[in-house]
Amino acid sequence: MKKDKKEHALNFETPFQYAPAPESTAPVKLKERYALFIDGKFQAPSKGIYLPSINPATEETLALVAVADESDVNKAVKAAANAYKGVWGKLPGKERAKYIYRIARILQERAREFAILETMNGGKPIRESRDIDIPLAAAHFFYYAGWADKLDYAFPGRKAQALGVAGQIIPWNFPLLMAAWKIAPALATGNTVVLKPAETTPLTALLLAELIQEADLPPGVVNIITGAGETGAAIVRHPLVNKIAFTGSTEVGKLIQRSLAGTDKRYTLELGGKAANIIFEDAALDQAVEGIINAIFFNQGHVCCAGSRLFVQESVADQVMRKLRDRMSTLRIGDPLDKNTDIGAINSKEQLQKIQGLVKKGIAEGGDMYQADCSIPKKGFWFKPTLFTGVSASSTIVKEEIFGPVLSIQTFRTADEVIEKANNTPYGLSGGVWTDKGSKIFKVSKQLKAGVVWANTYNKFDPTSPFGGYKESGLGREGGLHGLAPYVHLV
Amino acid sequence: MATKANRLEILKTYKLYIDGKFPRSESGRHYLVKSKNGNGIANACLASRKDLRDAIVAARKAQDAWAARSAYNRGQILYRIAEMLEGRKAQFMEEMIAQGYTVGQATNELQSSIDRLVHYAGWSDKYQAIFSAVNPVDSSHFNFSVPEAMGVVGILCEEKSALIGLVSLIAPAIVGGNTCVVLSSESKPLCASTFGEVLHASDVPAGVVNILTGSRAELIKTYASHMDVNALVFDASGESLKTIQSEAAANVKRCIHLMDDWSQAKSQSPYHIMNTQEIKTTWHPIGV
Amino acid sequence: MDKHTKTPYEDLTCVTVDQVGVEERVSRLTKRSIKKESKVWALKMALSMCDLTTLEGKDSPGKIRQLCNKAIRPHEDLDIPSVAAVCVYPSLVRLTKSHLKGTKIQVASVATAFPSGQSNRAIKLAETHWAVEEGADEIDMVISRGHFLAGEYAYVHDEIAAVKEACGKAHLKVILETGELSSLDQVRKASELAIRAGADFIKTSTGKVQPAATLPVTLVMLETIRDHFYATGKRIGMKPAGGISTAKNALQYLVMVNETLGSDWLSPSLFRFGASSLANDLLMQLIKEKTGRYQSIDYFSKD
Repeated sequence: MKKDKKEHALNFETPFQYAPAPESTAPVKLKERYALFIDGKFQAPSKGIYLPSINPATEETLALVAVADESDVNKAVKAAANAYKGVWGKLPGKERAKYIYRIARILQERAREFAILETMNGGKPIRESRDIDIPLAAAHFFYYAGWADKLDYAFPGRKAQALGVAGQIIPWNFPLLMAAWKIAPALATGNTVVLKPAETTPLTALLLAELIQEADLPPGVVNIITGAGETGAAIVRHPLVNKIAFTGSTEVGKLIQRSLAGTDKRYTLELGGKAANIIFEDAALDQAVEGIINAIFFNQGHVCCAGSRLFVQESVADQVMRKLRDRMSTLRIGDPLDKNTDIGAINSKEQLQKIQGLVKKGIAEGGDMYQADCSIPKKGFWFKPTLFTGVSASSTIVKEEIFGPVLSIQTFRTADEVIEKANNTPYGLSGGVWTDKGSKIFKVSKQLKAGVVWANTYNKFDPTSPFGGYKESGLGREGGLHGLAPYVHLV
Repeated sequence: MATKANRLEILKTYKLYIDGKFPRSESGRHYLVKSKNGNGIANACLASRKDLRDAIVAARKAQDAWAARSAYNRGQILYRIAEMLEGRKAQFMEEMIAQGYTVGQATNELQSSIDRLVHYAGWSDKYQAIFSAVNPVDSSHFNFSVPEAMGVVGILCEEKSALIGLVSLIAPAIVGGNTCVVLSSESKPLCASTFGEVLHASDVPAGVVNILTGSRAELIKTYASHMDVNALVFDASGESLKTIQSEAAANVKRCIHLMDDWSQAKSQSPYHIMNTQEIKTTWHPIGV
Repeated sequence: MDKHTKTPYEDLTCVTVDQVGVEERVSRLTKRSIKKESKVWALKMALSMCDLTTLEGKDSPGKIRQLCNKAIRPHEDLDIPSVAAVCVYPSLVRLTKSHLKGTKIQVASVATAFPSGQSNRAIKLAETHWAVEEGADEIDMVISRGHFLAGEYAYVHDEIAAVKEACGKAHLKVILETGELSSLDQVRKASELAIRAGADFIKTSTGKVQPAATLPVTLVMLETIRDHFYATGKRIGMKPAGGISTAKNALQYLVMVNETLGSDWLSPSLFRFGASSLANDLLMQLIKEKTGRYQSIDYFSKD
């Protein structure tokens, strides 16, 4: 979409340029290499293979990280099984709680260090890791710590029993936060854990392993092992694993579901999404525009619940587009460690190529592309905030999850029409509704087939609030009371 | 069901129940249902994959409207099913006995089935209060989580019971706003077919419950792999368990694997309703 | 006045505002880190945007003289601009004007039964005429909040339009007194009303009511100005007044302007701070940036 020359244009080429305000990396003391955290100790991988983990904003190697093979996975699972049988499974809830509280507290104390490392390893803006990822991770531990001795109240008429060993595989978009989402409820319900962080972003999970040592958690209760897909697959198929919790792509989620067929293993899957964000004409438009920005550009769009399909009611479409473009002019893309950066680096070269490929397809299929006018650093992986208009439900970029800062925009006329369009996808993780009319909110949010609906807000998360998808966006819930259920047997 | 009466009794044709109608299998096939001692007692339709697909279409079509009914109304309808079943006890008794039940067993199962319907009817407007939550988030937002129907549920009934296994799975699924496509016990299909008639007479809208009889081995893969089925509730083991769970991954189908003795009172609970419910969480700012 | 009385504002409706969304946006804007040269630039800009204000019953010729001196030469050691204006009651306009003769500093006068506005239209217009005749370059009027909250939008509109006419060449700033308007929706509505009625600037507060200027209220007013600009191409000015006493806070306002309306508004001709003690804090920060030493107020003249 091109700017109409006749428009009265605001001027965002400003003399008020914010000087660089980079966060110091001094609090982060990285080791040269990281072994596997098994049974309370860092242990070298059996084959001795280590791979570099880089900073996607600079492409510099931050540390070497071990690759766990099947025998390492076996060691970790056995450690977890022994810890479950020997210690953790017998520990009263109130004692488990205190360990988890302790983790939460230390995480709060060391929040700055975690935030900086998260940004270095993942490319997300320090503003987000500092204000969202790390505080929320600590909050998750706090929240579930409190449940550990109250499980008798969580399931009326039933008694909750731990499952045993939980194998947990997490993605690269919220590395520490996802670790917290997984570990906290598992420990609270009395399970032990083998966690595998994503291969591009293992460092905060390994720092968490150090923190867990510091918290003096009994050895084997939490094991953190690194590696790529094959390591994850070994966890999934290990016979002593009782439950799999996976967050990642729908494609891999389906593979996991398939490979668990015929076993008694429980599983929860948090998968992809292609959420509709719906702006009605009676919305508080300026806040809705901010909501659009939040929905798609938060964490470079590396968010499974990103509002990547925007639907704007025709009567306000021009207005919203103009505001949106002007708002995009003020987005600052660049050094993720700079406190003023709004959009950081794309997490990996591979992901960048995927985004580029889909955007190319979007153009080839006739979509009109608009990109924010901003410069990007020479080194590292970057993608400018991007809008597509002139697309329809059949366009590839409207159908497929891009997992990047790319928004497709369509218009609609009536509520029924937009509900139908919004639900016309195999995904069902989240959705957004913007209107000033209360009854419309309830109508639309009820009819959206999605696990989380943000009305007049977007991309909000809280440990007390269950999160998870309908349809191919996954199954099971994480967070809140409902996040306990996947980790227990009810008898 | 031959008797020694003077007049020649007419025999019942057991048909499928799809979209509120009672068709034969589109394939024209049927199979002989045998008594314990191996005598043929009736013909049942041998549902085809096409029948299954038609039933799924009907279930999908009916689902939004069924879920949109008030909880009170769904409860009334479930209670109505119980009333109608109570009124047709004699026929079900006869069918169960023909399929190998003793009078005592049949009486027990029939009573349990009616009571189970009453039990779930009562849950229609209560489970939400127990499994919902208002979540005290750390920001200026009102946040609540409520259960919502998963959508279309495939139900593969256990083999050994004629009625209670069927009722125990249908009731919790539909009371929560799902519609379902049920495959009855293969060897004891008669009550399932007749239960369709009870449903039909009980204000259950067309398509909400669809009942097939036939070969589990033949249909199981279509059930599990169908992209428009949201969840499968089933009793299975061994290879068929593996087939179901593996094919279900095609659309991340929810697999609810239940093996229970449905005659037991403890095998009814709102947790069975929750098996086919999603949790939806809604956020809204609090301000002026 | 008759030509204004048939304005169709009985059903004034406008886009709604979500309070929580505004607060979130504000919180994000206030997290901008302004350092080094950008900080010095912004501090100087803020100083040049100050309307040094004294609106007290006890204001005297002596006080006005001191204030004007401060306005002309905020600090002896620095290469810094003078402030934008001195804001006083009408009775002190002539004196203020004489002190500021030969400078570019504007004389602003409050009028229209400031601060309550509880008077009749004839008196308000007479006061406006008087202030202009006394030499005011800018008139800061108050809206009739009672009428506004009663839904008498035509009354409020016509009053503003009449005052605007009475201003002649003087610029009109319309004070909404947002602290009495109770919600951001009302702020938005009053802003639109004032702009449509002819305001050159819209201004948050008299300084006599708490809360005075806040960042959320200012954001809503800036967004109203933005929508008016989109629609008409006309640039309306903005003046938060009251309660802004620290340089840090002033810089947050400038960040907000920068990212809401862009650089055209980063000018005293379109953005002002109504404040009395802000200027000194800006000066202290400027000296600190220059010398590297944190400052004491004892080294800065209080008016």
